[in-house]
Amino acid sequence: MDTLSTGSLSGAQKEELMDQVKQQIAIANAQELLTKMSEKCFKKCINKPGTALDNSEQKCIAMCMDRYMDAWNLVSRTYSSRIQRERNNM
Amino acid sequence: MTDLSSDYAVPKGADSELQDFLLAEKQKAQFHAQIHEFNDFCWDKCVDKPGAKLDSRTETCITNCVERFIDVSLLITNRFAQMLEKGGGMH
Repeated sequence: MDTLSTGSLSGAQKEELMDQVKQQIAIANAQELLTKMSEKCFKKCINKPGTALDNSEQKCIAMCMDRYMDAWNLVSRTYSSRIQRERNNM
Repeated sequence: MTDLSSDYAVPKGADSELQDFLLAEKQKAQFHAQIHEFNDFCWDKCVDKPGAKLDSRTETCITNCVERFIDVSLLITNRFAQMLEKGGGMH
């Protein structure tokens, strides 16, 4: 039962475990971003889905992706500084 | 900050280094999840047609969107707490 008891983990095993946790979280994060970007950019760029993605649609998608990541970074900065401010007010 | 680890199922016997690590990772993950959520609806509110860069109007809109959303949730949380204190509101 006690499969997660870590008392017997060596230092190297512990490090490996931590790396794996970090990696899994990074993957989940990237997947979330990908899903959201696909959804948002499809909505913005594809009005009437045709038989193939035409040139302007592809350009729009590329631009939309870049802007979505810009927005993400801006939200991240705004949120962090708000947390910082709230902390200072406590 | 009180005991953030209370809702966190760290197995008994896990050493403190691992516990600290997992707690920190959990907080980072929550932070990221929150950014995804903010970005999701602030994008819908603020971005019209994606251009060559985020123009300053869009940037301001996104910043305001995040800040006001936090204001709203703080306001609602406080008001809700007051309602509970008065013993009314919920049946």
